[in-house]
Amino acid sequence: MSGAAICALGLDLGSTTTKLVGVDAGGELCWERLQATRPAMAAQARDLVAEANQAAVAEAALPLVATGYGRHLVRVAVRQVTEITCHARGVYRSLGIGGTLVDIGGQDTKVIILSPEGKVLHFAMNDKCAAGTGRFLEVAAHRLQVELDDFGPLALQGSSEESLSSTCVVFAESEMISLLANGVPLAPVVRGLHRSLVRRVASLARGTGLQPPVMLSGGVARNPAVQELLAHELNHPVMLPERPQLVGAWGAALLALEG
Amino acid sequence: MSLYASARYHFNVNLVGKAFLRWERLRLARRLSRPWTHPHLGPPLVTGPELKELISRHYLKGQHANGHRPVAWVTSGAPVEFLQALGFFLLYPENHGAVCGIRRTAEQLCVAAEERGWSRDICSYARTDIGSVLTGDTPVGRLPRPDLLLCCTNICQTVLYWYRVLAHHFQVPLVLVDTPFIYHTASDHSVAYVRRQIEAGIEVAEGVAGRSLDMGQLRAVMVRARDAVDLWMQVLDRCRQRPSPMTAFDAFIQLAPIVEMRGEGFTVAYYRRLLAALDERVAKGEGALKQERRRLVWDNLPIWHRMRWLSERFAERGVALVASTYTQAWGELAPLFDPEHPLDSGARTYLHAILNRGTGHKLSTLRTLVQDYQADGVVLHSDRSCKPYSIGQVDQRDRVVREIGVPALLLEADHNDPRAFSEEQAAARLDAFLEVIEA
Repeated sequence: MSGAAICALGLDLGSTTTKLVGVDAGGELCWERLQATRPAMAAQARDLVAEANQAAVAEAALPLVATGYGRHLVRVAVRQVTEITCHARGVYRSLGIGGTLVDIGGQDTKVIILSPEGKVLHFAMNDKCAAGTGRFLEVAAHRLQVELDDFGPLALQGSSEESLSSTCVVFAESEMISLLANGVPLAPVVRGLHRSLVRRVASLARGTGLQPPVMLSGGVARNPAVQELLAHELNHPVMLPERPQLVGAWGAALLALEG
Repeated sequence: MSLYASARYHFNVNLVGKAFLRWERLRLARRLSRPWTHPHLGPPLVTGPELKELISRHYLKGQHANGHRPVAWVTSGAPVEFLQALGFFLLYPENHGAVCGIRRTAEQLCVAAEERGWSRDICSYARTDIGSVLTGDTPVGRLPRPDLLLCCTNICQTVLYWYRVLAHHFQVPLVLVDTPFIYHTASDHSVAYVRRQIEAGIEVAEGVAGRSLDMGQLRAVMVRARDAVDLWMQVLDRCRQRPSPMTAFDAFIQLAPIVEMRGEGFTVAYYRRLLAALDERVAKGEGALKQERRRLVWDNLPIWHRMRWLSERFAERGVALVASTYTQAWGELAPLFDPEHPLDSGARTYLHAILNRGTGHKLSTLRTLVQDYQADGVVLHSDRSCKPYSIGQVDQRDRVVREIGVPALLLEADHNDPRAFSEEQAAARLDAFLEVIEA
């Protein structure tokens, strides 16, 4: 993160987390805030933007592009742009290559096929259920009383794995409880849960016309087990941008910088 | 047929109903002359009030048909001309389902069917209809009881089971026309097979109607059906103009007479007036949208319960839906109608319905539409309820992108059940797709 002056802002008002970043004149990240999304999304966005403008000490309000599910609530934005365009823009800035970007967010999973020039060629999103999204892991971790940050490392402890047949978060929960009740240790069950999520995502990626290399963004990219198992399922190494969770907001800020 | 029922029919339909609907049409027509203030959509078509009158009159006739004339419930792609020539009133449960979808009553009717054991995986038109039959609820007043059912499998296999249920419920004869699947063109023995079933159906229908089929009348119905279908094709063709004088959303509504009143003289007259209205718009350079920036093709049935929402969302972004495979399907068969050979040409026509043909045919239809209507992309509605229409769409989407060279989006929804639709998710996909087109 540079100490340069903020020239533009990108706000990603997601279903689970809200990210606001500032970029300098060269488009580099120079300011960021990440918070859990609150029910009063509009007020939260307003406060964050006010904080960024204060930090920038600029005479006029900074240009802002909003993305994410709550983007239409951000009245101060010069433009509202979807996550597809913003994630594509952000990841291309970070990695500079085309291929397949898998973005696993709190309630959405997106697969975006990028041209070598960073243009969106095609995209697909998960269907109307939380299977294959961050919510799946969040619910399971909460049920098992494991911190979300410890969930991935726990899955990678050892190589044994329990098979969970269901990708549905509700059914997987009962399956998981039943396995634990039968004395199965926690780590193989957690690994099985990760496998279930990753298989769902991999199937979406293959159905969208997977083109290597594979890139991963979104909050779930912080989970090392997802990265490792996804590479295994897709049979391709998975690359991570430098700040996977901020990629969408960064892309939005780059669009704001362009005006 | 009873004298009392006939007197009631004429009083309610031809006297009171006619006068009321005419008054309503004039009232709506006067409203059209008010200044149009919608920020994105162009003014509505001047024929709108007349279309409303036509549809309302159709359902009014249905309300009072029992006892006055025989009633048949028919599937949307059925060879109905012989029934019309025999004087049947035709009710299309699928069209009635669409009305329930637009009026937002389909969900409660689906729930009513589900509560009696019908699975949520069954087509939402079928559930809407069965729910309506079981509860008697309908937004059109009252549906007439059928004396005969005509089911043609050229649109799907669900209708086969659905109509058997109706036959059991109403205890009336069911005429089944089974149409062998066509991969390229219909073989002679397929045509003969369908023709024989139509002939068998005529015998049953004659028994129900209590009269014999007059071949002269059948030919006259065929002439009117062909003329209407031919005019419908011309109506759709006008959307090749820039700006398009009508969108596919308009066409989905304008489709009603060609489906359920095909073969009627007033339907031919209506489409002549619609065509003239569109020609006038084209001459003035008036579009269905105030500003048309992009043009898209739609595949599959409409999402009836979100017509306004979708139409405004597209219009706000300057996107006109200029064509759809669904509306096209009713026009592309026009050249096959031959009034001189009503049974053979009827069999051939109804064998070539879009859903009775290989998915390659639909892909080539999409290709033609994109080229002829100069479209910038394709939206494929993956309709949870209509499996025959939705099968193969993943491949079709990929081939549209690869071979036709325009972006394509698969949009998940259901034509009649709003519970299988997520507005927020659909909005996210549509917005992202439009950004891809703009990039």
